[in-house]
Amino acid sequence: MNADRHEHVSSEAASPEGYNFAYLDEQTKRMLRRALLKAVAVPGYQVPFGGREMPLPYGWGTGGIQVTAAVIGSDDVLKVIDQGADDTTNAVSIRRFFVTTTGVDTTEKTCDATVIQTRHRIPETPLSEGQILVYQVPIPEPLRFIEPSETETRKMHALQEYGVMHVKLYEDIAHFGHIATAYAYPVKVNGRYVMDPSPIPKFDNPKMHQSPALQLFGAGREKRIYAVPPFTDVESLDFEDYPFEIQSWDHHCDICGASESFLDEVVTDDQGGRLFVCSDTDYCRTRVEAEGVQAVASPAKTQEVLS
Amino acid sequence: MNQPAQTIERTPATEQPVLSVRNLTKLYAPSKGCHDVSFDLHPGEVLGIVGESGSGKTTLLKTLSARLAPDRGELLYLNSEQQLMDVYQLPEFRRRQLLRSDWGVVHQHPQDGLRMRVSAGANIGERLMAVGDRHYQQLRQRGLGWLKAVEIDEDRIDDNPSTFSGGMQQRLQIARNLVTHPRLVFMDEPTGGLDVSVQARLLDLLRNLVMDMNLSVVIVTHDLAVARLLSHRLMVMRRGEVVEQGLTDQILDDPQHPYTQLLVSSVLAP
Ligand SMILES: Nc1ncnc2c1ncn2[C@@H]1O[C@H](COP(=O)(O)OP(=O)(O)OP(=O)(O)O)[C@@H](O)[C@H]1O
Ligand SMILES: [Mg+2]
Ligand SMILES: [Zn+2]
Repeated sequence: MNADRHEHVSSEAASPEGYNFAYLDEQTKRMLRRALLKAVAVPGYQVPFGGREMPLPYGWGTGGIQVTAAVIGSDDVLKVIDQGADDTTNAVSIRRFFVTTTGVDTTEKTCDATVIQTRHRIPETPLSEGQILVYQVPIPEPLRFIEPSETETRKMHALQEYGVMHVKLYEDIAHFGHIATAYAYPVKVNGRYVMDPSPIPKFDNPKMHQSPALQLFGAGREKRIYAVPPFTDVESLDFEDYPFEIQSWDHHCDICGASESFLDEVVTDDQGGRLFVCSDTDYCRTRVEAEGVQAVASPAKTQEVLS
Repeated sequence: MNQPAQTIERTPATEQPVLSVRNLTKLYAPSKGCHDVSFDLHPGEVLGIVGESGSGKTTLLKTLSARLAPDRGELLYLNSEQQLMDVYQLPEFRRRQLLRSDWGVVHQHPQDGLRMRVSAGANIGERLMAVGDRHYQQLRQRGLGWLKAVEIDEDRIDDNPSTFSGGMQQRLQIARNLVTHPRLVFMDEPTGGLDVSVQARLLDLLRNLVMDMNLSVVIVTHDLAVARLLSHRLMVMRRGEVVEQGLTDQILDDPQHPYTQLLVSSVLAP
């Protein structure tokens, strides 16, 4: 959030469609920004906010949308992804929402975006200073699985009573022989708060650690905001003899040949044909377009399959 | 079954008390709760609290175990570093810390003291993980050791306590508490609701653990036989007041207060 952007935010005129800039009224945005500042000041701590009803159902990521609405300025370039793709219904709707209410430029290129709103993935292309990654969070409370009471979970955070998080991992190993938790894998932020990173694959957890980008998390239903400021330690919980590990594949991406990206398995026909392709479509395309990378399968054909 | 006085060596009372209770009071209404309770509990000593239903035993136990703030009175705990801690003057996180490590609480209903939806091994390991144990195999070894100690088949380690019998659940609860080697254990009717033969086995086990680990224990029961078997000293409660306290044998064999006399005679009555 640079000074530039703040000026823009406060001087926004109404958007072409007659909404206030980014839909929310200025008072609501100020309230959200206060919550965001607090969240940045206490990394990983869940800040309650008086959420507004948004013209989209909760499942569509209203928490993330409100956070984006509070930080976006007319100079920003927005990218929206869902499961790594820019062209899913959810991503398209949210992008259209912000184009309509702000008139900002959008992009699919991770490196060109200043604000990236995401569900389920962190882009493969490393983020850089000045970028903001906004996560849509369904369930912000990592302790909820064991403790239904909000008063009690707040106390457990305050007192750092996090033994139960390892109980969960212990159960994984006892029943599956390894830590089976693959998504929403719990992390400790800045050595203090245990945080649910939203349902990203654990593959993405290491990207949160010491990221140069600002990471903001919005939960619409539970009305919570939390944050990981740039260059903050984010440590995935584990055991000494069962250290944290990310997912890996025996395959490379069938389109771009990438060996170090998160792969989706795609069924291509009813004869059991399968493809492994990057879940991050921009990353995959960029690699194909870049010199020296041979397309293994036809990207166009695979895109057809995917859509 | 042997008399406890013959089987449990009492620690000399010259040692400093591990728990000092002075005028502790928690009343929900007149004579509902506990009023003006004072006593010392020495290392290795077992104190029984007996009385009829509604006399305030659970209220007193909760107040003693840092889970229910008293209206007035003082609760002093001597920790393993020989520092005296004024329990209700401590910040809350220190009190909760005590409950997770130095102290143990065995609830009457196992479902209040166990996590019913995680395995027996995880139930035992939780306190260790809470104090920073991060080695899975070691946690597992400790779990197996404790299952054995409380006479639960080791191959039940990955089963949820919801599949256990009442007696096994109660023994698991004990294991879960003792795994951090607490110095002070509070028990509320640990044998309540169990069959007589199951009760006897649990009592035997408890008595041995108390001796082996030199535990200081406050145990609530309305069963005088349990009190006689386990406790060195007895406190008799009625309507929130302690009407009589002293050595267990003395109280049960020669009760002074009319209420105690009634209590003892109703047990002995054919
Ligand atoms: N949370 C509460 N609010 C109001 N009154 C309470 C509360 N808890 C207990 N009481 C009352 O205080 C009195 C003592 O209750 P307590 O549970 O301590 O008795 P007890 O000796 O443990 O009985 P029992 O043998 O049935 O377990 C009772 O009259 C009870 O109704
Ligand atoms: Mg009771
Ligand atoms: Zn690819």
